[in-house]
Amino acid sequence: MARAVSTRRTVVFTIAAWIVALIIFFPILYTIITSFKSETEAIKGFNIIPSGTIESYQAVQAQSNYFKFFLNSVVLSLGSTLLALLIAVPAAWSMAFSPTAKTKDILMWMLSTKMMPAVAVLVPIYLIFRDTGLLDSRIGLTVMLTMINLPIVIWMLYTYFREIPGEILEAARMDGASLWGEIVYVLTPMAVPGIASTMLLNIILAWNEAFWTIRLTTTNAAPLTAFIASFSSPQGLFWAKLSAASTLAIAPILIMGWFSQKQLVRGLTFGAVK
Amino acid sequence: MGKIILKKVNKSFGATQVIPGIDLTIEDGEFVVFVGPSGCGKSTLLRLIAGLEDTTSGTIEIDGKDVTGAAPAKRGLAMVFQSYALYPHMSVAKNIAFPLKMAKMDQAAIDKKVTEAARVLNLTNYLERRPGQLSGGQRQRVAIGRAIVREPSAFLFDEPLSNLDAALRGTMRLEISELHHQLKTTMIYVTHDQVEAMTMADKIVVLNAGNIEQVGSPLDLYNKPDNLFVAGFIGSPRMNFVKGEAAKPYNAPTVGIRPEHIKLSKETGSWKGVVGVAEHLGSDTFLHVNVEGIGMLTVRADGDFPVTHGDIVWLTPDATRIHRFDDKGLAIR
Repeated sequence: MARAVSTRRTVVFTIAAWIVALIIFFPILYTIITSFKSETEAIKGFNIIPSGTIESYQAVQAQSNYFKFFLNSVVLSLGSTLLALLIAVPAAWSMAFSPTAKTKDILMWMLSTKMMPAVAVLVPIYLIFRDTGLLDSRIGLTVMLTMINLPIVIWMLYTYFREIPGEILEAARMDGASLWGEIVYVLTPMAVPGIASTMLLNIILAWNEAFWTIRLTTTNAAPLTAFIASFSSPQGLFWAKLSAASTLAIAPILIMGWFSQKQLVRGLTFGAVK
Repeated sequence: MGKIILKKVNKSFGATQVIPGIDLTIEDGEFVVFVGPSGCGKSTLLRLIAGLEDTTSGTIEIDGKDVTGAAPAKRGLAMVFQSYALYPHMSVAKNIAFPLKMAKMDQAAIDKKVTEAARVLNLTNYLERRPGQLSGGQRQRVAIGRAIVREPSAFLFDEPLSNLDAALRGTMRLEISELHHQLKTTMIYVTHDQVEAMTMADKIVVLNAGNIEQVGSPLDLYNKPDNLFVAGFIGSPRMNFVKGEAAKPYNAPTVGIRPEHIKLSKETGSWKGVVGVAEHLGSDTFLHVNVEGIGMLTVRADGDFPVTHGDIVWLTPDATRIHRFDDKGLAIR
């Protein structure tokens, strides 16, 4: 029998959960609220009811072209995700289905690159980008974002592929499937959910990446992260405009995340419970 | 046709030798069971025949053709796995049709074969379901269906019933045996359950540590075990072994006597013992009797034999059913 939970306890827990969720979400909410204020309202102090003006949005759009940055964000995140999958699918595949004695070490080594602070390699990378003419280019940044997220993509896919029982592949082999038949009819359909959620997560990671995107771009390849950064100017902070820019930058990914939350949660907890 | 001949088949994983070298002939149409404790190499041997593992040395012939290096698909065998290994994203019909699709058979012929297999296996009403929506027994039937439609030269079963509950296991055992009578195709069946081996096999191959201990019909193994291992493995409950003084009258270092070949009396007999645990199965009762100078012996009694814990009983082994073994554990005949 399930443990009986009293109504009062349920109510208390529900309220507590809502409070915690609100605290976590509040910075984003307040950014959205502030974006609908005028600059004078914004610096006046804490106030959660905005006047509802959209002058900040108009000012932001007038000052720099949002859609150019948006387009760059789309190109960079999709491009780097596709490139990463192109490399990671065969890599994870071979590590999951024909592992060697060194497979675990290679996986650990790849993950260890994520433990290093990015700033440690800023100078060499910047110099390489400068000398090869990749600074402020979409291609250069796409490659950079691919490299940054590749370890995570390989790890996630590896975990997914490991979940596919070997006996099913053996059954396909017994049933007369060629390697190609095995991949097309059995492996891929079973791996599609895993590949899809890996792709979603990687798009989000690439979209939000701010260290390299801000440092390696100026105007041509600058994505929305650089767009936000451009509003924190040395002449002082314009809270309302900065908030409007931030809201515009996070809105697309927030909407995408909302619609794909089921796949994302499944992707992140895959393999945790059988 | 499905005659399979193994010649000096050897399998090593790195430095570990799993199968030191096996010679075995499986006749066309035979139901052969590989039985042995876990880790004895029975599954590996089956996978070598299937082609899912590479043979280290030796040859495997199917119908006179050397298939040692051939890919699994080229051997004309079908396999049923312990985990069923169904394709979870395909319907039952598509699962059964898969090998035919891979063989590039035309759709009309595929449909006809799938319908027929479903009828034989009582799956007609489930053809559109996914494996996830089926019970364990139904899943195993789908796996068998997928094997049947290919009309293989031999079926390989790798512990196919061990994921099922006891009642279903009994039913499926009968169904597989019945299927063998209908199809008359060679079947190789791997199990650790000696009851499955005894009830289903034409020929049992008893394996231990990668070696064949004995090959024979179920009753051969039961009546004339070659050694202590086979004697102890075949038969349920297992054979009692008696050593030392009590074995001397039979001129052997060790003698074996099955629980069903010991006469039980409350008045008189050769060995005197105290009743320990009594297992009542209804039809039979198995008594665990502590005999002075011998130790624990299992004895089969009638279901209604009146006895309680601590009672004194007398045991008399049936002299004609005594098995004698030498110092090396081999049978003396």
